[in-house]
Amino acid sequence: MVGSHSSSNPARIPALGFRALALVVLSILLMWLDHRENHLDAVRRAIGAAVYPIQIVVDAPARLWGWAREISTSKNQLRLENSRLRTEALITRGRTQELAALKAENDRLRAMLDAREQVRGEVRVAEIMAVDANPYRHNIVLDVGSSDGVYDGQAIVDASGVVGQVIETGLTTSQAILISDPDHTLPVVVNRNGLRTVAFGTGKYDRLDLPFLANNADIRPGDLLVTSGLGGAFPSGYPVAVVETVTRIPQESFADVTAVPAAALDQVREIMLIWTSTHQGSGDDE
Amino acid sequence: MSNSRALRNVPVLITILVAFMLMIVPLPTGVEAFRPDWLTLVLIFWVMTVPRSYSVGIAWSLGIVLDVAQGTMLGQHALALCVIVYVTVKFHLLMRVFPLSQLTATVFALLALYQFLLFWMNGVAGVSAPAVDYWGPVVTGTFVWPILSTFLSGMRYRVQTRG
Repeated sequence: MVGSHSSSNPARIPALGFRALALVVLSILLMWLDHRENHLDAVRRAIGAAVYPIQIVVDAPARLWGWAREISTSKNQLRLENSRLRTEALITRGRTQELAALKAENDRLRAMLDAREQVRGEVRVAEIMAVDANPYRHNIVLDVGSSDGVYDGQAIVDASGVVGQVIETGLTTSQAILISDPDHTLPVVVNRNGLRTVAFGTGKYDRLDLPFLANNADIRPGDLLVTSGLGGAFPSGYPVAVVETVTRIPQESFADVTAVPAAALDQVREIMLIWTSTHQGSGDDE
Repeated sequence: MSNSRALRNVPVLITILVAFMLMIVPLPTGVEAFRPDWLTLVLIFWVMTVPRSYSVGIAWSLGIVLDVAQGTMLGQHALALCVIVYVTVKFHLLMRVFPLSQLTATVFALLALYQFLLFWMNGVAGVSAPAVDYWGPVVTGTFVWPILSTFLSGMRYRVQTRG
């Protein structure tokens, strides 16, 4: 039986080389169309829809686990959590009031100093629709697009810090790059002393590199990095990351500094888009 | 006949489907870089065993679906899988008589070629990634191969006797 089977498999398979070559050329053509021109979104969506059931099955165990954990949480735990959240809400509300007072005071002082008013910009909440499963790239898809006034290069933050920026806008969806993507760089300042530098993504969600700090730079673990606003894309003053390690090697001219992003980049679901003052006008036009 | 052939395909398709699911199941960030290329391994095995039914065409289609699921450039995994399967079909008679140790070494070379092709295409397109992300799957894939091929051999026996 086995013998007859393998004898039905002669060594030569007709036109194999030709078929392989044709498919390779087709792949290259597809990649070019996809990467350079982005013409294949419809194809991508169609195949994605076909694969969706498989994705649901794959996600099922994790979802089941979450559900089971939720069910098994005891009433007592829920009560504890509830009271904790209540306290947190109260504190946050208090802080907000304080903030309003501070803002008023700040505005007054700025008016006195005749400084240009700092526009915080408009903010809108959006949801992450999809995450690139490719481990080499940290891209996300958002459920808002150019019809909502989203523009290329727009800044994205979450409750605790900077998340990334928009790189491509469709009509109703847009693609964004996270600050942890290896291709992303972000101008930052050290909040403590105003030291300017640039934060590079590393391809890991919990790490940014700051390669351009001199060996004697005044930076230490625990320093908060905030956006400097110098790159133009991000408004200044949003928290980006907290410095984790500073390694100074005597012979080298640059210190080896790593930081942990303030936003939980692999856990965010809802994010906020910021319209800066320069783009405010164009956003209103649409 | 067509019924029995369809029946014969069932284990193959199921293993391919399972391999595909293993490729897209979310993993913790630390382990992610060491996910073996399940789909490539399973394809190498079945192409080596029944190259007439499974060759470059199916590899290319699966590659396209993988590209969509992983969000890579459309055609990237398709091209790499296509090349790997072409090489496997070319040498399938040789690979069948290899002892397991030699076969594992061959699979290591194939996986390395696969990752190199992906790396190359990323380079041309300007997508950068740390080098360990390419080597992790090659190493884990090689370690997984002896177990996987033993498991699939049991299945092949069933496929062929039923056929």
